[in-house]
Amino acid sequence: MSAYIQAISYYLPEHTLSNSELCSIFPALTENDIFKRTGIRKRHITKDGVVGSDLGYEAGMKLFSEHGIDPSTIDFLIFCTEGLDYKGPATACILQHRLGLPTSSGAIDVPFGCTGFTYGLSVAKGLIESGQANSVLLLTSDIPSTVIHPSDAELRMIFGDAGAATLITSNEEISNGVGKFSFGTDGSGADNLMVERSGTRNAADAEWFEKNKDVGGMKYGQMKMNSLEIFSFAMRVVPPMISDILTKNGLQKEDIDLFVFHQANTFLLSVLRRKLKIGEDKFFMYMEEIGNTVSASVPIALYEAIKAGKAKKGSTVLLASFGIGYSWSGTVVRL
Amino acid sequence: MDITTFISQIENEIEELTPGSLKPETEFTSLKEWSSMHVLILIALIDTEYNVTITGADLQQCKSVNDLFNVVKSRV
Repeated sequence: MSAYIQAISYYLPEHTLSNSELCSIFPALTENDIFKRTGIRKRHITKDGVVGSDLGYEAGMKLFSEHGIDPSTIDFLIFCTEGLDYKGPATACILQHRLGLPTSSGAIDVPFGCTGFTYGLSVAKGLIESGQANSVLLLTSDIPSTVIHPSDAELRMIFGDAGAATLITSNEEISNGVGKFSFGTDGSGADNLMVERSGTRNAADAEWFEKNKDVGGMKYGQMKMNSLEIFSFAMRVVPPMISDILTKNGLQKEDIDLFVFHQANTFLLSVLRRKLKIGEDKFFMYMEEIGNTVSASVPIALYEAIKAGKAKKGSTVLLASFGIGYSWSGTVVRL
Repeated sequence: MDITTFISQIENEIEELTPGSLKPETEFTSLKEWSSMHVLILIALIDTEYNVTITGADLQQCKSVNDLFNVVKSRV
């Protein structure tokens, strides 16, 4: 018996921000520059007041309709985001009710960013393979646009909002649906990617709102990224993580049908791909039309890889994510 | 490793640079159109060619091509 990724769906907000719109806001940029730097043409942006759990809810409802899943069969909900509704109650509790999941189901939040999907998947595997749940709904949903200062061209180029829903179930016929994980954490890098003024430490105060009153107050906090440090962090930790994932699962690089990483930006992923000597045909990227969607990026890419025929039933796919924390984690899944 | 090869590798990787224009004493910030993207390209190049990971802090110490060459050389 093994945990198994049974179904994925995702939801994007309707409104988009294109490269040409960015160029009209930041005249020093050209569409070509933005595309060359990021590999992104547009990103979806949530409306004011539509938050992470709303995108997660939409993704969950889409999963039920797209795959014909009965919500009453779900017995655990994991909601992963960096934008929780409240300090309490857990947003997962609110989503249990909104999605019509049984009151006998468990529900927890996993407040995690770029690495959220793989960390959430590891919790789902633990619950299923220890016999405590049979059907886990993992919602990974983020709204980075709400914590980016309007004058921050670099971050606005990269990030987009999205919600993804993944159903992980107990499967009797398969022994390695979700393999062993490699984890990593290095909190010494916390300051290099952080949503400042977003919680209890150094909380937003009257002075903060006054300073940002022209841009709506930056009421959810403000994301700051040292892209140089994040880039060298990824270069440093990702290759050893990939080796560790392969070793833990008794596999060679050649056994992997497709590599799906956190969709940070195409420049970084292309450099990592070359460094890891992975062929382009085995390395999937999906961010041209959506940007870096934080915790939703891996399931969206996996969904699109299946849709494009790059991965199919029986494929062995290596999933790896890395980022804010610093944190990193990954595993191998059998579709 | 030698600085002539190092310079030609940088010139090959960064398309905005005219071959032959980079000298050991050239300061990166004095180059026209030098951007954060070029810094990332440098980090990637050094990682691929020399298997040395350069951090943002390292780069802040390096003003000229020669400074960077010496940092990489000391870690190869």
